[in-house]
Parts: sequence; structure tokens; C-alpha cells
Amino acid sequence: MEMKKLKTPYAYIINTVVLAAILVLGNMLFAGGALNRATKSVILQCGVYSIMAVSLNICTGYLGQLPLGHAGFMAVGAYAGALFWKAVPGLPTPVAIVCGILIAGLAASLFGVIIGVPALRLKGDYLAIITLGFGEIIRIAIINLPDITGGTPGLLNVPKYTNFTVTFLCLVVCCFVVHNLMHSRHGRAILAIRDNEIAADCCGINLTAYKVFAFALSAFFAGVAGAVYAGLQGSLFPKSFDFMASINVLVMVVLGGMGSMTGSIIAATVLTALPLIMQSFNSFRMVVYSLLLIMVMIFKPSGLLGHKDFSMTKTIEYFMNFKAIRARKKEVAPDA
Amino acid sequence: MIVLQQLINGLQLGSVYALIALGYSMVYGIILLLNFAHGDIIMVGGYIALLIIAAGISPLVAVVASVAGCVVLACLIEKAAYTPLRSAPRISLLITAIGVSYFLENVAQLILGADPRVFPNTAVIPSVTYNVGGLNISLTTIVTLAVAVVSMAALTLLVQKTKMGKAMRAVSEDMGAAQMMGININRTITFTFAVGAALAGIGAILYCCKYPQVKPTTGYLLGLKAFVAAVLGGIGSIPGAMLGGLAIGVAEVVVTALGYSTWTDAVVFAILIVVLLVKPTGFMGASMNEKV
Repeated sequence: MEMKKLKTPYAYIINTVVLAAILVLGNMLFAGGALNRATKSVILQCGVYSIMAVSLNICTGYLGQLPLGHAGFMAVGAYAGALFWKAVPGLPTPVAIVCGILIAGLAASLFGVIIGVPALRLKGDYLAIITLGFGEIIRIAIINLPDITGGTPGLLNVPKYTNFTVTFLCLVVCCFVVHNLMHSRHGRAILAIRDNEIAADCCGINLTAYKVFAFALSAFFAGVAGAVYAGLQGSLFPKSFDFMASINVLVMVVLGGMGSMTGSIIAATVLTALPLIMQSFNSFRMVVYSLLLIMVMIFKPSGLLGHKDFSMTKTIEYFMNFKAIRARKKEVAPDA
Repeated sequence: MIVLQQLINGLQLGSVYALIALGYSMVYGIILLLNFAHGDIIMVGGYIALLIIAAGISPLVAVVASVAGCVVLACLIEKAAYTPLRSAPRISLLITAIGVSYFLENVAQLILGADPRVFPNTAVIPSVTYNVGGLNISLTTIVTLAVAVVSMAALTLLVQKTKMGKAMRAVSEDMGAAQMMGININRTITFTFAVGAALAGIGAILYCCKYPQVKPTTGYLLGLKAFVAAVLGGIGSIPGAMLGGLAIGVAEVVVTALGYSTWTDAVVFAILIVVLLVKPTGFMGASMNEKV
């Protein structure tokens, strides 16, 4: 039997409607008295770390490289955005938000290109080490340049431009870009590099160019997450962007599934919300994380969701073709 | 004279880095793994020595127990976490190594607390300073340099002259071919981990004698810098690791002496990035052609 397909415009409309509904619902919840301050802050943190996890997934899941300084890019974005907002007050809010976030993303991706060009030319694990070193250099530079960044006491009084709507929209844009990229010619090139570098090279894929592109894109969204974070918190401290923060994001990606955005978002939400909700869990948190990391690698190296992704369109198509799929199953296993 | 004094300080620090870097380099040479847990083995070694001396037992026992403890721990980690992943993609192995590193750090923090503890350095090496022609040289410096030189000489003999050393070189060159020649791969790899950990244990004691405190995160930065030293010298190369360690130690002391002590870590990582840009194989690393 022929499988019915959802036509592309309808798929877009349905997805847009669902996302708009979530946005309106979320805003109603935030405006109404249903949520207290703490819950709101947890939800927003989950959003920021979801963007971080999805952006790291570009590099780890799709490209198959392992950067260990993702918090460094977040720091670059956060400080770039915050300094822009502090330096140029009085802009209309939407203009300020868009400019700040774009500047943050571009600053981070600039660093991504600078780091990526030398690091990605090399074979092996050098990217891990170079990005790790880069993350540390950024943190030390922030601490040692108090005139610009506020140093260890922190950068205070950042205008709180971002809110639920901005966080949610940034996450949606990030997922949209990554999803569409990965289903394009360029995305397939990136996946080919992950699966077999030599074979991809032989097929005429420019390894360095695609690696640097994916890496810079990953850095761009980390910078966006940084700016959103800066606007939510109103103050920035270099301690928030240490190696531990990079590892936290990596745990989210690995646990959720390398190459699965849904997995990244679920893992980011669970791992961000859990310690904030259960304070007593905090001292054990890192021990449990590290054990989880080892166990997942040994028993399910592709992560809990593997490469699977949730798709609204696919789900609807499944119900449209419900009868056909059942008939096909019966054909395959007539005894059952 | 100041220059010479700083050079001696740099050599002392550098020889500790070199000892630790050897562990990274050997393990990378044999299974192409950046063993992130190596730095935390140093931390465990430091704690073992500290606790034994604090219990009133002779420092000599503490040193031996610390080195033995490091060796046992490294073998356990290798068996429990790395052996199941022998045929897995390298990225899985790397993530596991990071997991092990974080596990050790956080378990130490849970059991012993996050606050640094003072290491009884004078119990291990008495605090004596000799004045040689205007230079102040402490006994710690002399012992560190002597122990480092002896350990490295012993390691070179082990790798070049013994049967096990030959096996190690064979496995790092071609694991499959080595196996066909009847070399027990698993035993050789475990042995490599053990030798690296023993050197790390010695390095841990020497480091703690110079900077007398231990905390759960001691191994993190120390390990990273030692790793930078290993890359600088050419990863996989034993003389390279020694040279790289000394270079990093001297560079760090020079930066501190120039008055930029808060920037030392940044400088070390900047050196790494520059080296990888200019000569990715490091000082002594052989460039490997990829097998298809």
C-alpha cells in the first residue's frame, strides 16, 4: 500500500501552530501567578542549557569531534552580549535583543574559526585538548582583565533583556537551523565525515572547510546561549564558565544521544532541573554524572536515544498511515 | 645569577611535569587514548602519602604505599573502564576517560572534603637549603632532580632493554601484528598503565614536597600541564616527554618571574596551541602516516 505523506506546507503550518501554542501557553504561565520565581528560573535555565546541548551536539553528535571548551564559547557570547547591552543603553528592546544576541553569536563563532582552523586540520584528539586549553585561556583572561569584564567579582547590572519568549525562540531557531542543515547536502557531508573521514575525503568533501563550518556554527549557538543567559541573570561570573560547565554540557549530549536533538533537550532539561529541585542531591551529583558517563559509554555508546529524533510531521504521518503500517507488519510476521 | 636561580626552579618543576608526562605519552603511544584520569591518579597518590604520614607511620612506607596505590588504581581503571572499550570508537574511550577523571575527583571530594590539606613535606624531605656560589638550592630540588633522572634512566632501560619493553614498543607500533607474534596485548597494556602510574606516584610525592598541599582538584591542572608537556615533546615519544616537561616547567617559572603569575596557565595553553600550529608532532614526535 502507498504511504501517505504530509505535504511540506501543511507540515510547516502544523509545526508553527504547535510552537506558537507552546509559546503562548508558556507566556501565560509566566505572566500568571501559577509559577513562583524559583520554578521560572529553573525553566529558563533548562532553556539555556538546551541551546548549549543542541549546539554541542552539532560538533559531538553530527561531526564526531569532541570539544571540551564549550563553556568558553558561552562565556565569549555572554560577555560580548552583556558588554554590548551595557555600552549601548536606550535602544528599543527588540533591536537591543536581536543585536546583542547576534553580536554574541558572531563573537563566539569568530573564536570558533580562530580555534578551529588550526585544530581541525590535525588528525586525532587535538581538538579536545586545544578547546580545553582555549576554555581555560578565556576564563583566565576574564579574571585578569577586570577593567573590561569585571574580573572575579563579576560583571554586574547587565540589563535583563531576555525572558521566556526570547529563550524559547532562540531554542526553536537553533533546532530549526540544525535540523534543516542536517537534512541538506552540507549536513550529509558533515555526517559522512563523522562516519568515515577517509571515505568522505575520497568523495571530494573538503574536510577542513566542513569541520570548521560545523565547529563555528556550534560556537555561534553557544554564544547565543551565553547572551540569553547574561540577559536572564543580570550578572556574570567567570566561575560559571569553568571546565566543569563544559563537562556538564558534554554529559547532557552523551546521555541524551549523540546526534539526537530531542535527546539533548531532554537530557539538558532533566540534568539542569534535577539538582536545582533537589538541593540535597548536589553533593552526589557529580559522582552520579561521572558514573553515568562511564556506564553509558560502556553499555550504550550512542547515548540513550541514539540518533533518533522526535518529529511532529513523522508522528502525524504515522497515524495517517496507521492501517498501512499494521498491514505491513502482518505481512512480515503472519504468525503473530 | 637570578636567571640561573630561576632556571633551577624551572628544572625542578619541569622534571615533575616530565615524570607525569611520561605516563600520558606511553599510554597514548600504545592505545591512542588521552588518559584524563592520569592527573587524578596523582591526586590519589598525594592523599595516600598524606594520610599515612598523618597516621604516624614512617614517610618511607608512605612513599612506597603511595606509588603502589597509584599502580593498583591505574590497573583497576584500565580493567574496569578501558578494556571493555578496546574496540569502541576513540571518542567513546575519551569520554570514558573524562568520566573516570571526574569520578575520582568527586569521590575524593565526597570522602575527604573540598578543602586543601597540608602535606607534611618536611617529613619526606628535610627542609635544608645549600648555598652554592650564591645560588640557593634546597634539598628538595636536589632530590627531585636526582629522582627524576634515575626514574627516566630506569624507564629508558626498561623500554629499550627488557622483553616487556620490546613488547610495549611492538604493541604501540602495530597492535594486530604484535598479537600475531604471540604478545599478550592485554598484559602489555596493563603493564604500560602500571609503569605510567608508578611514575605519576613518584611525581605526586615530588610535587607535594614542592607545593605542600593536596586537594581533590590537584590533579586536574597538574595533569593538563603534564599533558601539554607530552604534546609539546611529541606524544608517544619518551625522550620528548622529558624534554617537553622541562620546557613547560622553565616557561612557567619564567612567566612567574616576569611578574605575570596570574597568566601562567594561559601561557602554558597558548604554547600548546602555537606548537600544534607550527609543528603538530611536537619536538620529537614522528609523523604517522594513516593506514587505510
